[in-house]
Amino acid sequence: MTMDKAIPTSANILVVGGGISGLTTCLEASEVGYEVILIEKNPYLGGRVAQLNQYFPKLCPPSCGLEINFKRIKDNPRIKVLTLAQIEKVSGTPGNYDVTVKLAPRFVNENCTACDACTAACPIERSNEFNFGMDKTKAIYRPFDMSFPMRYVVDSTVCRGSSCGKCVEVCKTKAIDLSMAEKTINLKVGSIVWTTGWAPYDATKMDNLGYGRYQNIITNMMMERLASKNGPTKGKILRQSDNKEPKSIAFVQCAGSRDENHLAFCSYICCMASLKQTTYIREQYPDADIYIFYIDLRAPGQRYEKFYKKIKEDKKVFFIKGKVAEVSEDYDTRNITVIAENAVTGEKIKQTVDMVVLATGMQPTAAIDKLPADLKYTDDGFIINNFEKGGMFAAGCANKPADVVSSNQNATGMALKAIQTLVRR
Amino acid sequence: MNKKYALYICTGCGIGDALNIDKLIEVADEEGAGVIQKHEFLCGQEGISIIKKDISDKGVNTIVVAACSRRVNFDVFKFDGCIVDRVNLREQVIWSHPKTAGEEIDHLQMMAEDYIKMGIAKVQKIKLPDPYKVESLSKKILVIGGGITGITGAIEAAKAGYEVTIVEKEAALGGYAAKMRKQIPIDYPYNNLISPIIESKIKELGSYPNISIKLNTIVARIAGEPGNFTVTLKKPGEQIEFDVPYPLPPHMKLDANGKELDKDKQAEVYKEYNKGKVDILTLDPNGEKFGAVILAAGFKPQTPKKEEVSHLGFGDITDVVTNHQFEELAKKGKIVRPSDGKEAKSVVFIQSPGKGDDSDFEYAGSVTSLVALKQAKYVREDYADGKAYIFYQHMRTPGLMENFYKNLQQDSGIFLTKGEVVNVSKNGNGLIVEADNTLLGEKVKIQADMVVLATGMVPATLDDPVVNLAYRQGPAFRDIGLFCGYVDSNFICFPYETQRTGIYSAGPIRRSMTIEESMEDVTGAALKAIQCIESVNKGVSVHPRSGDMTFPDFFFQRCTQCKRCTEECPFGALDDDAKGTPKPNPARCRRCGTCMGACPERIIGFADYNIDSIGSMVKAIGVPSQDDFDEPPLRILGLVCENDAYPALDMAGLNRLSYSANVRFIPVRCLGSVNVIWIKDALSKGMDGVFLMGCKHGDDYQCHFVKGSELASIRMKKIGEALASLALEIERVKQFEVAIDEYNKVPDMIDSFVKEIDALGPNPFKGF
Repeated sequence: MTMDKAIPTSANILVVGGGISGLTTCLEASEVGYEVILIEKNPYLGGRVAQLNQYFPKLCPPSCGLEINFKRIKDNPRIKVLTLAQIEKVSGTPGNYDVTVKLAPRFVNENCTACDACTAACPIERSNEFNFGMDKTKAIYRPFDMSFPMRYVVDSTVCRGSSCGKCVEVCKTKAIDLSMAEKTINLKVGSIVWTTGWAPYDATKMDNLGYGRYQNIITNMMMERLASKNGPTKGKILRQSDNKEPKSIAFVQCAGSRDENHLAFCSYICCMASLKQTTYIREQYPDADIYIFYIDLRAPGQRYEKFYKKIKEDKKVFFIKGKVAEVSEDYDTRNITVIAENAVTGEKIKQTVDMVVLATGMQPTAAIDKLPADLKYTDDGFIINNFEKGGMFAAGCANKPADVVSSNQNATGMALKAIQTLVRR
Repeated sequence: MNKKYALYICTGCGIGDALNIDKLIEVADEEGAGVIQKHEFLCGQEGISIIKKDISDKGVNTIVVAACSRRVNFDVFKFDGCIVDRVNLREQVIWSHPKTAGEEIDHLQMMAEDYIKMGIAKVQKIKLPDPYKVESLSKKILVIGGGITGITGAIEAAKAGYEVTIVEKEAALGGYAAKMRKQIPIDYPYNNLISPIIESKIKELGSYPNISIKLNTIVARIAGEPGNFTVTLKKPGEQIEFDVPYPLPPHMKLDANGKELDKDKQAEVYKEYNKGKVDILTLDPNGEKFGAVILAAGFKPQTPKKEEVSHLGFGDITDVVTNHQFEELAKKGKIVRPSDGKEAKSVVFIQSPGKGDDSDFEYAGSVTSLVALKQAKYVREDYADGKAYIFYQHMRTPGLMENFYKNLQQDSGIFLTKGEVVNVSKNGNGLIVEADNTLLGEKVKIQADMVVLATGMVPATLDDPVVNLAYRQGPAFRDIGLFCGYVDSNFICFPYETQRTGIYSAGPIRRSMTIEESMEDVTGAALKAIQCIESVNKGVSVHPRSGDMTFPDFFFQRCTQCKRCTEECPFGALDDDAKGTPKPNPARCRRCGTCMGACPERIIGFADYNIDSIGSMVKAIGVPSQDDFDEPPLRILGLVCENDAYPALDMAGLNRLSYSANVRFIPVRCLGSVNVIWIKDALSKGMDGVFLMGCKHGDDYQCHFVKGSELASIRMKKIGEALASLALEIERVKQFEVAIDEYNKVPDMIDSFVKEIDALGPNPFKGF
């Protein structure tokens, strides 16, 4: 691959979004022989899966597949990667698009050797959004251990700029340039695949579920970071309020999903994700009680059903069919009481636990920020593919909620669709 | 290539502070590194221009870069036409060990010197690769299965400009999709049943001049390799000489006393077992050439075993049917009871066989929940006063399919409840369905005309290889044992990767799927088929070593026909002839080197990775003895998988975690490629211990080459004999499992091994 420094002007295919779907589309198309530009708004590739501790049902680390994908990118001269890049405008027709891309400054150039001297010198801290604010980084930082490209970045919203410049002083390779400015570039491409992915649904929007009010209520994505060895607690699952080891944990399924007031659809992955997260907890806390409040447990197919069966063998994982209506916090202990109605028996259940995990769903990124292109969306903001027209396609969770396997299947297929547009030309 | 060597040492990132660079240069010079230069910022413009200048002015073409890990600055240290090796002085030397300069023994310096020597030894033994080209390349794609999946796959490949042949065993195209009354929605808003799309798809298929359709046709055998498959097609039921031979089942390899038959006898039994069939190495002169295959052979409706669902009346009561039988009825016209042809106005759909368990039927998936909803709607379409009851444990309508569920919930004649059906019995002409633990009350009784079981989709590959590969390892996909007979991939990240290169499965043959999912899946499979063909055309490997131009080379004169390479290759890349001499099929190969690791004669190697290159690295490691020190430090060799363990070690360095400085690492392509000779070399040279570090194996294996780490562990178990011949303890060799993110565990693993070795005492061979 060619790194950011040589800015490309054209390619066969543009892939927008460097998460697992975008990586897949980009690699699969370029390994057929096409030139691909991959753009990503973050300073690193990997997207959501980079934040996950393990995949279900294999319980393997996502960084394993990312490592191979990054290696494939490194070895492939037909791929150009632009990070900190966002689409400004798309015009043209299938086979012939003009794209304007805005490149945010990284303030760190290709001289960066990732030696880490700058972070020691930097006096400013910032909340680390990669870990959902559960820890801090310096204003100049490496997004995470295995982040790719392996290059530091400056958060200009908190950096004091040249008035401080401490990092510049210690950087032996002159890699830091605090005067770096935003750039706009123009690209000519034949087809575009939108792999803009998803964001966790904002849990503060669900008043009744207490997120943001009570510290010991976290989201499932926060749980992924807590369980990750490179996370804010080095992999230890602890309560937010007091860093205590939780002895009981409740999962609230469909937190926002399958709910007309929030996300009308099913987010596909949250049931399997919670089942998976019970294994994180069990590994650290052999005696913890785990409660899962659900509407339907969606573990479809032989492979997922087998995984669900394995979790059911754990006698301290309790499954309750019932939607959680409200939560409350005990002021002294900071424990949370979850209130739900058991859908089968009709009885009202009150369960007090040390910690609650909201299985929040996925909201398509395009629902939050509409994309500057002629695309059609579902009511919820997923991009609808128009195969008749061709030229532009959505893959992965930009198109519909899906797990990683289905996203990758879909992303591989959309690589072919993008190629068909070029062949037809 | 006339090699002109050069070594470049970077002194930046703390390397120059922690190490005596001049001494490193001295060592490199002694090893014959040729041109030697140091720079404080080698990856910067100035540093790179020094290297480039040496290439153009001095003709340097074989380069060792002693700097950071090869995982970074990959694009910077890439020079066309040059052999480049990276020596990792940063992450795995100075970042993961405290400074020892000035101490009695400068461990860090010794380590860096060893790595420099190893790097120089390696580049002396490797070559630039020449790509492998198949004899004649076919870009044609074979699609097996003429259902919606196969048809879509053929169209998608044809649209990209490729020639396609689609074969269907039945007399007509369409498969199961042609047997439906209506189908589950395939696009937004996903809220209602739609008319079958299969007719229009068949029509579309016919409009492509680059697609040929063969009905009443199945695959007799697929021989050869991607880019150059020779395929024999035949009519179903026919017996022909090009039917694929089967390997001997294990019991037939034994005599009456359970002893394994000798090689000749086995060959004889094999011949008899496959009488009338031509051997796999004989290509069908009338065979058709293909470049890649899409397997879309679909599924068979599951018929549950009567005894397992006797409480539901299936098999005893005519009006208790499967969803498949119900679809047949619905397709014919208004739904009537099979028993007496009377209108079926009250139908109960059962999602789970029950018996205290909330699992769905075998081979079910979200598709079976969706089908129940669809079929419930049939009842409502046919009868204004019809009633459909769905008893489920979990209504599985994931993603946007929730729209479909929500919409059908609006129908006042469809009753949905969680519940366990405990009994179905006859009641006059009708049926009584009894359910427990429902949302409608504890116990429910419903009068029904019919009962429908939400049975699953059994993959066609459960009892038939279908692809009939003329491979020595056998005609079927491997690994299907892990997936209940489905041809699925075990990889989350790489869902099209299996153990058979160039053959990509899609649709319900790999998982129970809806039509939409199958169409999506096969579009990806078509891309993979095209990509494989184009990779073969370029002479490079496909995933995971995409673009790798090397391939295993065999020195056949020394082959003893032991067949280990043929048997152990995870991808079945090797066939063998009657004598047992392997016949490589490089386009099937994924370049893991498992064959190289397996070969006891050490006759297999790659241009840039071979027994000699790694062996020479092992031999380049300095083993201090009592001649050097009163208490010489231990020397331990770590053969580490470059995919998981090596990055984990880099991460340990990045986090400044430290571990024993007595260990030297050599990255390997896969633990499967580790040849025991390297371990013997290390130990007979006086090294005190050897460990392998690689990924997890077992059902949830993480090996990118499927079997590598597992095979290594089997080989390590057998290494005792080799060690005994050297009079060494078996504890001196160990294998560690590590996932890529377990960098925090790596130091402990290494240090505890070093401790164990320390307890055993030094290798008695030291100093000889």
